[in-house]
Amino acid sequence: MIGSSLQGLLSGSIMAGTPLLYATLGEVMGERAGIVNLGLEGVMLMGAVVGFSTTVKTGDPALGVLAAALAGALFNTIFGFLVIERRANQLASGLALMFCGVGLSALIGAPYIGSQIKGLNEVRIPILSDLPVAGTTLFHYDILVYLVVPIAILVWWALFYTRWGLSLRAVGEKPTAAFAAGKNPYRLQYQALFIAGLLGGIAGAHLSLAVAKTWAEWMTAGRGFVAVALVIFSKWHPLRAIAGALLFGGAIALQLQMQARGVPVSPFLLDMLPYLLSLGVLAVWGGARRHVAPASLGQIFRGTE
Amino acid sequence: MGLTAEQANEAFRTRKKWWIKSIRFFGLFGFAFLVFAVLLLAFGKNPVKAYADIFSSTLGSTYGFSEILVKMIPLTLTAAAVAVPSRIWLINVGGEGQLYIGALFATWGALTLNTLPAWILLPLLCVLGVLGGGLWASISGILRARGWVSETISTLLMNYVAILLVNFFVFGPWKDPESANYPQTAEFVSAATLPSFAGTRVHAGFVFPLAVLILLYFVLSRTRWGLEMRAIGGNPEAARRNGISISRYMILLMFIGGGLAGLAGMIEVSAIQGRLRPSLSPGYGFVGFLISWMAGGNPLGIVAAAFLLAIVTAGGDILQMAHGLPGSAVNILNALILFVVLSRQGGKGGVK
Repeated sequence: MIGSSLQGLLSGSIMAGTPLLYATLGEVMGERAGIVNLGLEGVMLMGAVVGFSTTVKTGDPALGVLAAALAGALFNTIFGFLVIERRANQLASGLALMFCGVGLSALIGAPYIGSQIKGLNEVRIPILSDLPVAGTTLFHYDILVYLVVPIAILVWWALFYTRWGLSLRAVGEKPTAAFAAGKNPYRLQYQALFIAGLLGGIAGAHLSLAVAKTWAEWMTAGRGFVAVALVIFSKWHPLRAIAGALLFGGAIALQLQMQARGVPVSPFLLDMLPYLLSLGVLAVWGGARRHVAPASLGQIFRGTE
Repeated sequence: MGLTAEQANEAFRTRKKWWIKSIRFFGLFGFAFLVFAVLLLAFGKNPVKAYADIFSSTLGSTYGFSEILVKMIPLTLTAAAVAVPSRIWLINVGGEGQLYIGALFATWGALTLNTLPAWILLPLLCVLGVLGGGLWASISGILRARGWVSETISTLLMNYVAILLVNFFVFGPWKDPESANYPQTAEFVSAATLPSFAGTRVHAGFVFPLAVLILLYFVLSRTRWGLEMRAIGGNPEAARRNGISISRYMILLMFIGGGLAGLAGMIEVSAIQGRLRPSLSPGYGFVGFLISWMAGGNPLGIVAAAFLLAIVTAGGDILQMAHGLPGSAVNILNALILFVVLSRQGGKGGVK
């Protein structure tokens, strides 16, 4: 009994944590280049709706994921234009992007409410999936779950072990220095935001194609903001984000498990758990984070005129 | 004192720029409406008819116009809720949640103190609304003042908590047993209802935004507090060395901002709904954020922007009812307007 509920909790955390981790990795990428994107919520919604509608139309969830990633990237480029080209305030632009995503996804998704899809296939791994306990807990997911940890490692490697990543982080720390070293801060920031958009779009697609297998207006319900909090919790590090996403996914899974088991607490109070956990964790970790954040985060590079 | 030639020249140049700027500004608004029209066209709707419907049903009739005024009341207050903390660069995105908590506190008063006469009860409900929204926002103020959590993130997250809390009370302990399956509280007694003007829904609550904006203008431009806020907004380090307590201002301004949004919540339950429901606000807190950014925190600008966005908000209802669009589609137009405003304001502040 306890074993099975622990198992359920773990696999629930993995399922709920996966979209969070994709989104967090994207946000880490952007923030390392000095750009805070609160519009992640909107990017995820665009990914969710484009992924879902493409899957309904074509019957192929793989195409859905691809379309979602592209939609997320293009959508995030609008934000890039505002904050890089037009030097607009990043926080307000991010919120504008969120509004745009909420509205546009509702408009696109309206005909697809109630549509049925099979969703992403479960990928069975020979031998491993047949193990008695670990098999059902760890090896019965869709392909996006298996890919998320390798992608986190890839992001980590790209940021910390490539010339490109070094330049990107230099832009986030001190754009003038990067500029003086012959790098183009604007181009690097666009690249970071494009990749962040790809990941945000995939996060949304996982939510609509694998977790919920349906489309509903504003179905991300603040997960984009939770991911922004998760970036701070992870200290802007892709590998720490894995643990963070599992913890936050755990909060969502715990709340669902308690509701399913009929724990006599109002579902509305249980739903608060992920948000309260985000706030609590930020408050506890907050004091130490100042030294880790990219130094020019949220500021506008105005050239060296 | 006379102007030097350079100063006069400079003044002339900025004046000329101001004209060009405002023409371009309105051109950009037109651009936002145009992009939305193209989107409507792409989704098989007739944009000309949609805009015609929006304007005729809002500005074309007395009833429609009075509805715009009714919507301007909460919008002006939630915009002020963003504008007040923004004096010291605090970004309050929690207007929606603060509005809900203000409504929650006011509802508690209306349901439990329902034997009091109106002349005591109504002011008391206003105080409760302000207190609810204010205390809720102060949590974010304290978290920020301690340097723990950015107020942007905490106010955003607390929106969800606030709305869930209202849902908890409305579906649970405060649910009206007589209203079958509808999640709502019992109807307020008449002493807890703000009176409205004959034949319209325009209600006594309209004095609050006016008073708030006048007071805001006065405090900001004529008092020591306004000066100190400008000092903090201009150069926090210099202000701190002059003995101004920045963290006290952070908490205080978040309290005032949240209080104003909470007052909007009290007005909505007392004058419009007459009871607490989960669908209390069609996003007034978020639209207020937009208004404040459009106006740059300027009181008169807030009124003008609130007027425009009240039309857009009402337009959202029309698009939903007459054109079969989802209710939140109007958020696209809101976002487009904010995009053009932000891209005009770009480049203020930043590192070189």
